[in-house]
Amino acid sequence: MSTLAVLPVILPLAAGAASVLLWKSLRVQRVVGVAATLALVIVSLLLFREVNREGIIVVHMGSWPSPIGISFVVDLFGSIMVVLAAITGAATAIYSVRGIDKRRQSFLYFPLLHILLMGVCGAFLTGDIFNLYVWFEVLLMSSFVLLALGNERDQLEGAIKYVTINLMSSALFLTAIGILYGTFGTLDMADLSRKIAATQNTGIVTTLSMLFLIAFGIKAAIFPLFFWLPASYHTPPFAVSAIFAGLLTKVGVYAIIRVFTLLFPIDPGFTRPLMLFLAAMTMLTGVLGAASQMEFRRVLSFHIISQIGYMLLGLALATPLALAGSVFYIMHHIIVKANLFFIAGLAERIRGTSDLKAIGPVSVYARSPLVAILFFIPAMSLAGIPPLSGFFAKLVLVRAGLEIGEWAIIAVALVVSILTLYSMTKIWAEAFWKGPARREDEAESDNKDAVPPSMLLPVATLAAITVAVGLFAGPIFDIASRAAAQLLDKEGYVRAVLGDEAMQEEESP
Amino acid sequence: MTLLAIVISGFVLAVAAPWVTRATGKYAGWILAALPAAIAGYLISQVSSVASGQTVSVAYQWIPGLGIDLSFMLDGLSLLFALMISGIGALILIYAGGYLAGHPHQGRLFCFLLLFMGSMLGVVLAANVLTLFVFWELTSITSYLLIGFDHRRKEARAAALQALLVTGLGGLAMLAGLLLMGHVAGSYSISEILSRRDVLQSHALAPAITVLILVGCFTKSAQFPFHFWLPGAMEAPTPISAYLHSSTMVKAGIYLMARLTPALGSTELWQWLLTGAGAATMLAGALLAMRESYLKRLLAYSTVSALGIITMGLGIGTEKAISAAIAFILAHALYKGSLFMVAGAIDHETGEKDVDKLSGLRSAMPILSIVALLAAASQAGFPPLAGFVAKEMMLESALHAPIIAVALTAALTLSAALLVVVAGLVAFKPFFGGERPTPRHAHEPPLSLLLGPGLLAILGVAVALVPGTLADPLIAPAASATLGTESHTHFKIWHGFNLALGLSAIATGVGVLVYATRSRWMPLAGATAGLDRLSPTACYHGVLRFVTAFAESQTRMIQTGRLRDYLIVIFLVTIGVVSYPLITRVGPPVWNELGTLHWLDVGIAVLILLSAFAAVTAKNRLLAIIALGMAGLGVTMFYVIYAAPDLALTQISIEALSVVLFVLVFRRLPDFRSLSSRAGKLRDVLIACAGGAMMAGLVLMATSYPSATSVSRDLAERSYPDGHGKNVVNVILVDFRAMDTMGEITVLAIAALGVYSLLKLRDRIDEQPSASAPSAGGRA
Repeated sequence: MSTLAVLPVILPLAAGAASVLLWKSLRVQRVVGVAATLALVIVSLLLFREVNREGIIVVHMGSWPSPIGISFVVDLFGSIMVVLAAITGAATAIYSVRGIDKRRQSFLYFPLLHILLMGVCGAFLTGDIFNLYVWFEVLLMSSFVLLALGNERDQLEGAIKYVTINLMSSALFLTAIGILYGTFGTLDMADLSRKIAATQNTGIVTTLSMLFLIAFGIKAAIFPLFFWLPASYHTPPFAVSAIFAGLLTKVGVYAIIRVFTLLFPIDPGFTRPLMLFLAAMTMLTGVLGAASQMEFRRVLSFHIISQIGYMLLGLALATPLALAGSVFYIMHHIIVKANLFFIAGLAERIRGTSDLKAIGPVSVYARSPLVAILFFIPAMSLAGIPPLSGFFAKLVLVRAGLEIGEWAIIAVALVVSILTLYSMTKIWAEAFWKGPARREDEAESDNKDAVPPSMLLPVATLAAITVAVGLFAGPIFDIASRAAAQLLDKEGYVRAVLGDEAMQEEESP
Repeated sequence: MTLLAIVISGFVLAVAAPWVTRATGKYAGWILAALPAAIAGYLISQVSSVASGQTVSVAYQWIPGLGIDLSFMLDGLSLLFALMISGIGALILIYAGGYLAGHPHQGRLFCFLLLFMGSMLGVVLAANVLTLFVFWELTSITSYLLIGFDHRRKEARAAALQALLVTGLGGLAMLAGLLLMGHVAGSYSISEILSRRDVLQSHALAPAITVLILVGCFTKSAQFPFHFWLPGAMEAPTPISAYLHSSTMVKAGIYLMARLTPALGSTELWQWLLTGAGAATMLAGALLAMRESYLKRLLAYSTVSALGIITMGLGIGTEKAISAAIAFILAHALYKGSLFMVAGAIDHETGEKDVDKLSGLRSAMPILSIVALLAAASQAGFPPLAGFVAKEMMLESALHAPIIAVALTAALTLSAALLVVVAGLVAFKPFFGGERPTPRHAHEPPLSLLLGPGLLAILGVAVALVPGTLADPLIAPAASATLGTESHTHFKIWHGFNLALGLSAIATGVGVLVYATRSRWMPLAGATAGLDRLSPTACYHGVLRFVTAFAESQTRMIQTGRLRDYLIVIFLVTIGVVSYPLITRVGPPVWNELGTLHWLDVGIAVLILLSAFAAVTAKNRLLAIIALGMAGLGVTMFYVIYAAPDLALTQISIEALSVVLFVLVFRRLPDFRSLSSRAGKLRDVLIACAGGAMMAGLVLMATSYPSATSVSRDLAERSYPDGHGKNVVNVILVDFRAMDTMGEITVLAIAALGVYSLLKLRDRIDEQPSASAPSAGGRA
């Protein structure tokens, strides 16, 4: 059981190390890449099943009890995130076999991918705030190199902005940890949770929580800290964009949700209105950004921001239903978003451009509509059209907001939803519908061999997942709401990590 | 079970449709029509039991946690609609088979049509408002795909988008309304909601619920001022217009209004909104039709008008009016579906859409002309046709309306007169008079194009002639379901000589007169073109333009492309968001250790400050680097004073190494230049000072907190006995927190490998310029 909880970190690390050692053979690297990520999917599903059945799993590293050593604490939310990361990782690995050029493959592409996954999984599993920082560093470094790998001009420009702003986030995060440790004398999140809960001085807690909000907010690309994302996501190869789009910002969102459920209360007089404001502005500026763009990936990039707003909204509304909405939204979003970037890659391969003004028609729509259908499903899901995953994600949040009378923010969420639909149909109309008046005139410039089955497979699988999440929204929502209930049960977390006596101990100091 | 199968089967067949089409070629329409025909057959078999008051219902769990279940029910109202959807659907599939014979994407059309049919059946059969909404949105999306079927044409794409955005926006308002309604009623089940009328209507949110839901219904059913997307949607091939935009989708809003009447109806707000919007739509549609000469657009505006009449009837809300509205729904579906298909057949066989250029086709297509006349006579409200009966009933209820009866009656009479004109234009004008040449040689359309319109037109007569068998069993149960109590109004042709008949006669007379003298009125219609700038269409385009322009300017403002701007914003936000609670919640900083400061501390602090100052003011790079190194060493001194030799050693080596590396790298960079303006520098100084102040405040906050039991004591205590190491820092690094170390090692390894890869890859690029993908320019 405890092995299962650390495997999502160990497996990618081993795969990464093996790939470095075998870096002369691209073939082996590819096989290892696909096999290890698929194994990660299985491991993550087993881990999820275990957590789902047994409750929170705690592994004390080196058998040092918390708060002496570092513990991995796997709850439902964490294990769901690992499953999503593994699925995205496997899809990326398969897509990359043909989707990433040999040049990049022979310069550590696969090892970097593994280490990125290691960092992401570590962040989702750890129960120690400084260890979380370490995983952030792992994924920042690996993502930076992945972003810059290839040395194209745009890439480097984007990578500089990416790394500078993210280092600022790291510095703030580290500062916050330092002050937190200075104040409460521990780094273990369970220990911190009970110590923070016991403190009388809520001012300090609120102030500290703001440092974390900013540090993680930069990672999560919330308003007005998201600059690095639209500056960089359209520059690397599509597979890299896809895994970034799926996972990176969500690590930030995960961290925000974790610390604001486990550690910091959401101060109704300050934190809550601030978060609601930030959520509204994130949704709005993101979607307006998307409406203003005419390049496939730039549109999609701004949409990420917009949807981070929805996730933050669920946290800010702070009811169990709303938090379940956030969890559901994340599940939906990661799959859909990564897939849309993959499809952008397919379209670009077919037409040789990703500029929407020039791309149309990706005339496979006219001949065999497979790629078009594969775009349409996640695109409509993103826009919240039923019965796809995005509709239910939106539905839960809207309902949660309406039930507590937060009219304004729900109005914003709904308007943003129609604008999302607008910009998704923009891509659809420009890339798949537009075309010369006569059917015979098109498809001359199409690269018909551009889309190998190994690139279609992950896209089709992710699209199928999107449909399945919608059709089986019942069990999925059930999981999300149990994950949310678990997040709101601080005591359960603390008890799982520190044992039963820990709670009484703190109450009678 | 059967109900679920009815809804699902459409979707299943839709997926198979392209293959069926490929396999069966020109018979595909006939074959695919078997499914909707079978559904219609089943529904007809249920008529008598439903008329006797029974409802069929099924429920399956879907998302119990959200109160959404896959539940369906068949009562009088849903039966009427489902029968229209499946019956007309079957005819449309046959018609589309002929209309688009040989079209390479006929299979796709069938697929979309069947998807749409399944969605529509879902809407009218759903027994849960959220399930209904799921299908409701699906009709919007399938309609988007259908309107944009000729996707190469810009107009088709724009019309599809317009319809989607208008109905989509309404749909979102409706979603909010439905959720609120479910919240207040405590259930999303339609039957539960209908039974909680009192709770709903007395709740403070009742007006909001009503308005939000009605916005959804109005957009879908093309009520003024949202009517404009419907004529636009005529860009779709005719089978689509005939199906979606006359008999089914546009009636979804009507259906929902009727469905919710027992729960939300007969409040003052409801009455005014429905009669007001209905009357406005009725007049606007009828008047705007006068400006059109294209067959399908004429029909589209007359549809708008008819939808307005139905909404008005629902708004009046008396037993008579509801029955009239239901009767009108049936009559309209029959004649309008028929007329659209006739218009499509004319276009298909002659290649001409403009009424002004069509004349004397009677001899070339005798059967079609009879069909057209029958259907048009029903629209014009001539006896003995369904349209006549529905019109009489409607006039009768308008006369007895509880609010503004006179105005409603007058408006209805005028609209009825104008609908006569439209009927004349679409069904009389093209067939009679002298023959005119058409782009294609005109001849009788094939059976597939005649069957649909013919059957519907004949039904329009039959319904009126044998109402007891054909009309009452459908209309009365539907009216009862809408009323919530049993309806006693009957569908009959002769109501005696009454005021309604008189008004009807006047309307017909005026209509015929206007038709005969229409050339004199045309300039009048043309003169209204000036008003187009204020029209809802213009508003739609204005809003769209505004949103795009605003989006562009705000994005340009935020995403400037300059890293420096980004950092400034992030610094300012951090300072603001952190300082606010720091100042207001934590209180003034307390410096407990102030008294215990040693002169050495102060001295080092001053040294660090001076070095930092030197670093930012340095005129050349080397000086800046050295100053920075000095500041770093100053920090190291603190470690030394406070007895942290490990840290101090590490820090010294890092400082030394970074100075060396900086010097090595900077040697290759261009000269040091000052690029900032004075104002820019001043701003940066202020931000830096504010940031420094914030950090100082944070540190003071932390140190003033009564020190908690720190884990560091435990670490020190357990280092030797349990960790077997005398140096606690080492034990922490390799044992207590070995996971961190492993992570950091990975970071370093990746950094090293990354540097290698980036440099090597660059070398390779320099050797052979790669064909990198051209990226769209613009700011990052």
